[in-house]
Amino acid sequence: MRTWAALLIGVAVMGGGILLANLRVNPYVYFAGYVVLQYVVIATAWNILGGYAGYVNFGTPAFFALGAYTAIFLIEAFTAPLPVLILAGGLVSALLGLGIGYLTLRLRGVFFSIATFALAVVLQTLIINWEYVGGAKGFTLIRPSAPYFGSWGVLLFTVMVGLAVVAVLAARMIERSWIGRGLSALRDNEEAAECMGVPTLRLKLFATTVSGFFLGVAGAPFPYYVTYVEPSSAFNLDYAVNALAMPMIGGTTTWIGPVIGAVLLGTAQQVATVTISSELNLLIVGVVLVLFVVLAPEGITGLARRLMGR
Amino acid sequence: MADTLLEIDGLTKRFGGFLALDRVRLLVTAGERFGLIGPNGSGKTTLINCVSGALSADGGRILFEGRDITAMAAHQRTRLGIVRSFQIPKPFTSMTVLENLGIPLEYAAHARSHGARATAEAMEILREIGLDAKAHLRPAGLTQIEMRKLELARAMAARPKLLISDEAMAGLSSAEVDDILAILFRLSGQGITIIMIEHIMRAVMRFSQRIVVLDAGNRIAEGTPEEIVRNPAVEKAYLGE
Repeated sequence: MRTWAALLIGVAVMGGGILLANLRVNPYVYFAGYVVLQYVVIATAWNILGGYAGYVNFGTPAFFALGAYTAIFLIEAFTAPLPVLILAGGLVSALLGLGIGYLTLRLRGVFFSIATFALAVVLQTLIINWEYVGGAKGFTLIRPSAPYFGSWGVLLFTVMVGLAVVAVLAARMIERSWIGRGLSALRDNEEAAECMGVPTLRLKLFATTVSGFFLGVAGAPFPYYVTYVEPSSAFNLDYAVNALAMPMIGGTTTWIGPVIGAVLLGTAQQVATVTISSELNLLIVGVVLVLFVVLAPEGITGLARRLMGR
Repeated sequence: MADTLLEIDGLTKRFGGFLALDRVRLLVTAGERFGLIGPNGSGKTTLINCVSGALSADGGRILFEGRDITAMAAHQRTRLGIVRSFQIPKPFTSMTVLENLGIPLEYAAHARSHGARATAEAMEILREIGLDAKAHLRPAGLTQIEMRKLELARAMAARPKLLISDEAMAGLSSAEVDDILAILFRLSGQGITIIMIEHIMRAVMRFSQRIVVLDAGNRIAEGTPEEIVRNPAVEKAYLGE
């Protein structure tokens, strides 16, 4: 019943996105909206591992950039179409996710976070030295004319609406299934969870793989969006910070938390970039994150629950 | 004598150069109330960790119901019916007491259940243990004794054949010890085999039908509580020469 309702809402959001795409408001709205929606996907994907399973991934840029560079490779090699890029970017990042899943056998807590961060650095170094995908000087994509909606900005915005809906629905489904309950048990206490019959390794591998998949999916359309990709933009530290800050501000235990966090923080950053300065947006993240950690450690959803007296 | 439920043969565990368990042999019979004692650092918890699967043994075999489980993952052993409680309670802190029981009911119990049936089963277990009034609290709101009861209740929800109680009574008052003992006796009455690891001699001696004593990774004595009390090797292990 409620799953049907969620699916209907998802379809409605997608429909709303297409409607908005047809309204042809100021093109910048689509351009900025794309970034906010991209962060909805990133925050949701990060939260499947960081929020549900409690493993803080600080290597988001690695997964995001892997999605983007998989796309670049496929554009270079086969001029593959966008849906193929998105799927392939997701799958390659999912493989990387599976890899870091095995790291959780030995590394927990802050050590896991450091390892994932190191992974991003290593991967960036590899890409810088890989001439085929542009290397250090970057990759320039000459876009053909947009097949739908008449403009790439509007088209990519609509695609991102769809990806965000799919990612959020997937996260919600995981959260409410036996997998989600097992993940929160292992987040609370991994040893006790294992002793209560929870196959912790299998669940962790599932979480890292799915999380990696959607991070890659978020990165795959990136070359089409910016048309010029260089390693320092695809591996930007902003992704690591935002992926962590947005769910924490929204609340990490439910699917709606990352969505709220991404929409609020993502929009604030876009507004600040235009009105004040493009360098200010990370400062906003920092201040807001510190405020939340001190005043509402369970995020906006946790705060709401407490105010409603639960 | 009934069937052997757990058979440990030649179990060896090293931590670097330290020999924590030295070819330990142990037989536990189905339905038995079994006591495992020994001074601090004698290897009791290491032994339990090897049985529950938290540690892998360096040598020897562990058989459960005749089946070799030495290389089996911990969660699979739980599903077979080997369930432990922890010395320091390890509740799932983000869940209510009731939800804590939901995890083993869904993941470990023979008839895995979720939803209304699981809730009913969990409430039944909580009532039995006397924690039903706190079903909707988070573990942070529990007292020390309630926390221990939650450990036991959660272990019960996994529907164990063999329950390993690792110092469930340490630090409790004498009345509270009796409370936990009564619960364990009741569980034993239901046919669950129980291994009790305990420092509170009054409790182990009253509870156990048979006791094994470990010292420095070696098994030094075995017998009924009366025999153990009179055993000179045990006295030496605890008090020195």
